Amino acid sequence: MIGVPAESRPRETRVAATPTTVTQLVSLGHEVVVETGAGARSSFPDDAYTTAGARIAAAQDAWASDVVLKVNAPSAEEIGLLREGTTLISLLSPALDPDLVDELAQRPITALAMDAVPRISRAQSLDVLSSMANIAGYRAVVEAAHTFGRFFTGQVTAAGKVPPAKVLVAGAGVAGLAAIGAASSLGAIVRATDVRPEVAEQVRSLGGEYVAVPAAEAQVSSDGYAREMGDDFNRRAAEMYAEQVTDVDIVITTALIPGRPAPRLITEEMVASMKPGSVIVDMAAGQGGNVAGSVADELVVTANGVSIIGYTDLAGRLPAQASQLYGTNLVNLLKLLTPGEDGKLVLDFDDVVQRAMTVVRDGEKTWPPPPVQVSAAPTPVAAAAVEPPREKVPPPPSRKFAVVGIAAALLFLITAFSPNELIQHFTVFALAVVVGYYVIGHVHHALHTPLMSVTNAISGIIVVGALLQIGHDDPVVTALAFVAILVASINVFGGFAVTRRMLAMFTRGPAR
Amino acid sequence: MTAVAAASAAYIVAGLLFILSLAGLSKHETAKAGNVFGMAGMAIALVATIGLATRSISGVGTVLLAAAVVIGALVGLWRARRVEMTGMPELIAILHSFVGLAAVLVGWNGYLSVEADAAEQTEVAGNLLGIHSAEVVIGVFIGAVTFTGSIVAFLKLSGRIKSNPLMLPAHNALNLGALVTFVVLTVVFVIEPNLVVLSIVTLIALALGWHLVASIGGGDMPVVVSMLNSYSGWAAAASGFLLGNDLLIITGALVGSSGAYLSYIMCKAMNRSFISVIAGGFGNEGAAAVDKDYGEHTEIGADGVAELLTDARSVVITPGYGMAVAQAQSAVAELTRHLRDRGVDVRFGIHPVAGRLPGHMNVLLAEAKVPYDIVLEMDEINDDLADTDVVLVIGANDTVNPAALEDPGSPIAGMPVLKVWEAGHVVVFKRSMSTGYAGVQNPLFFRDNSRMLFGDARDRVEDIVAALPKPDRKTADPALQH
Repeated sequence: MIGVPAESRPRETRVAATPTTVTQLVSLGHEVVVETGAGARSSFPDDAYTTAGARIAAAQDAWASDVVLKVNAPSAEEIGLLREGTTLISLLSPALDPDLVDELAQRPITALAMDAVPRISRAQSLDVLSSMANIAGYRAVVEAAHTFGRFFTGQVTAAGKVPPAKVLVAGAGVAGLAAIGAASSLGAIVRATDVRPEVAEQVRSLGGEYVAVPAAEAQVSSDGYAREMGDDFNRRAAEMYAEQVTDVDIVITTALIPGRPAPRLITEEMVASMKPGSVIVDMAAGQGGNVAGSVADELVVTANGVSIIGYTDLAGRLPAQASQLYGTNLVNLLKLLTPGEDGKLVLDFDDVVQRAMTVVRDGEKTWPPPPVQVSAAPTPVAAAAVEPPREKVPPPPSRKFAVVGIAAALLFLITAFSPNELIQHFTVFALAVVVGYYVIGHVHHALHTPLMSVTNAISGIIVVGALLQIGHDDPVVTALAFVAILVASINVFGGFAVTRRMLAMFTRGPAR
Repeated sequence: MTAVAAASAAYIVAGLLFILSLAGLSKHETAKAGNVFGMAGMAIALVATIGLATRSISGVGTVLLAAAVVIGALVGLWRARRVEMTGMPELIAILHSFVGLAAVLVGWNGYLSVEADAAEQTEVAGNLLGIHSAEVVIGVFIGAVTFTGSIVAFLKLSGRIKSNPLMLPAHNALNLGALVTFVVLTVVFVIEPNLVVLSIVTLIALALGWHLVASIGGGDMPVVVSMLNSYSGWAAAASGFLLGNDLLIITGALVGSSGAYLSYIMCKAMNRSFISVIAGGFGNEGAAAVDKDYGEHTEIGADGVAELLTDARSVVITPGYGMAVAQAQSAVAELTRHLRDRGVDVRFGIHPVAGRLPGHMNVLLAEAKVPYDIVLEMDEINDDLADTDVVLVIGANDTVNPAALEDPGSPIAGMPVLKVWEAGHVVVFKRSMSTGYAGVQNPLFFRDNSRMLFGDARDRVEDIVAALPKPDRKTADPALQH
């Protein structure tokens, strides 16, 4: 039995299951209990859950299930509601909140942290951080646009020219990329920066421009997340930010390092140097903030008229969407946990994904898990093993001259010792070869076939040779010449006729 | 002005007209004029030659001459009128074989009327006789190679024999041996002209031509056809030397060198060495494709494609030989018209070796009335593919294979290809999951943004056209709505 309680944290709008995901859970053999009004703030009424196959019940019933699906970590009272042997699945941030893990471990329960999914391809469908960051990145742009007093897109109107907004996105993770995509589709000029140079391509693919930290040391990420950088790098990055912020209208910062306070990217002086009316969205405000002066969950306007948005519930501001994606992540996890599709939960510790997510098993603390090497990291060994394709070395010019020289000498000898008549023919032949080469030098690709059929018709000129032979006294010669004339004529007439037919088909399209 | 001088003058005019003809054929605007120049040149040459020939021959000879020309003309015109545009490669291949055959016959006649005829030998003095004999052998040799080579190409293209490359052991040694034997026999023939040696040379050349083309895979046919085109030119030039006729030499050399250059362009497009093409036996390295797990392909239905196309702003269609096989060009053109009417930017990306003949796709699309200014070459469109919403790959395989750029071990590594995988969505029309002519698996099919649409290309394209939402009919009679 799966229980879905309502979220108790203030301002939380999400819910761990939607009617759609309930249907999927039921098909996995689970019975689903949803607390009354759990989906109300995500616009999912109780009726919809009932229709999807869930039972609506009071909070206690939902908490007393075998499996409890939550969005946020439970409060102390809520932990008290959990039954023995229950499996709790929710966001737990075990690295940031070790006390919570200890508290959970005091009870004979199992707890899985949705925010501890390892970054490997197989686990992507469970990755709540990605799905929430995607929504948050989009919403960050919407919030910025809402506060910003101008268009994002540039326009030329009868009332004057509107310049496009310039947006700087710091950190090109999932949230950053989502923000880049949303901002550039609104028409803004988007720049993005990240400590990992390999994301430059992803930035460009979404319509952004990658701004590198000058002469930066390359950080190759082995676990798919960014790490803290050295002092020298930070100094240079600060210079780059100081230069950028004076130019852009909107800054969206998404820099987060797992298990650490957020790095400070934008200082007070930088904020002071920005144009009045500029907007900063600090998506890391909940973890200490990337921007000096940002306040979690609030919009602050500085003395020089710069708005700093520190909302931490950006994903929750699209509640229906966030619940849907979070719920689907949970369904994907439960598919993994109920291989028999019979409603029985099986936790397999040999599976790195399940192992990494489990912070408490039957009252025993299993956090932190052994490190997982992810597929996102490049494998330098394999790359080195591939032999570079052998380049063809162009022959040195001296050899080319030698070849031309020998050919010229040979031609000279052959012609010098030939009878006069042959020389004449050779001259004609050599010149015609060169003319033939140059005359089609720039043939349009589309005309290859007509060209070929015309040259084919022209080479039917051999009929001339046969014509001159047909009058011979020898009947054999005449017979052979007859056949030759016949086939060559087919060539001549057929070739020209078919070329004519083909060329008649080539038409230019109507002017558009 | 003697008749001979008049004929020579006519030949020079004809030669110049042929040059104008080839030059005209290299641009759309002048192509039709080029064809007219060619016909005019040929008419002048024929009239001059017939005038020259009929001066000395008997009435029977004249009748035979006229009969041969008329029959040949009728057959040629009939074929030209009836041929399907998809059958163009076969037609051109068989026409090449006619030139080869004519060259062989002219060469044999040269021998019969000079070397074998003691009375005529007085006409050709002393050391010139040796040169004449050499010209006979060379002319016959090139002609015979062209003849059988073109016949094999014709049979392969028309599917009458399998297009797999024939793999004889030591085929390079066979080719080389044939060439050496030919050189030796030429020397023998020059010293002591006789019918046996000439027959042996003819047979060797016939076998060599057969073997050269038989050992080339069907996927490389565009190069083979243009190579044979070049050979047929050299055969005509050799006959010109034999007969001492400058018009034949000029024309043969023109066709020979332009054909060779055309093959060279093709080779570059396929990243093949020019020498290995002339020598034959290339294009057979694709046999050893390693079985590798590329993941799974995703299927899509015609409705799904129609939906993709409805939402797309830009569409690129990359056709291949499969479109010709399925005769899908009209359906594709219909689809193009529908999409353009809806304001979708539709363009075609043509790989230089798509189809079985250089420019094959262009001819098919032109036949279906696709305007030629939206039909672009690979180099013109490759950079735009990344900004394209949907690419439809219709019957192409190796020419859109990312392995050519990404897998150095692939048999087609280094061949320039259309980078269709960079587009938003790729829909691949295919009959089944089998490999292309190069025998190489195509990782494109397994990409995340690729969708496979199985079935006959024409039927599928027609399904898509039917599934497209109809444009608003604002002109509908309002009275009918009440």
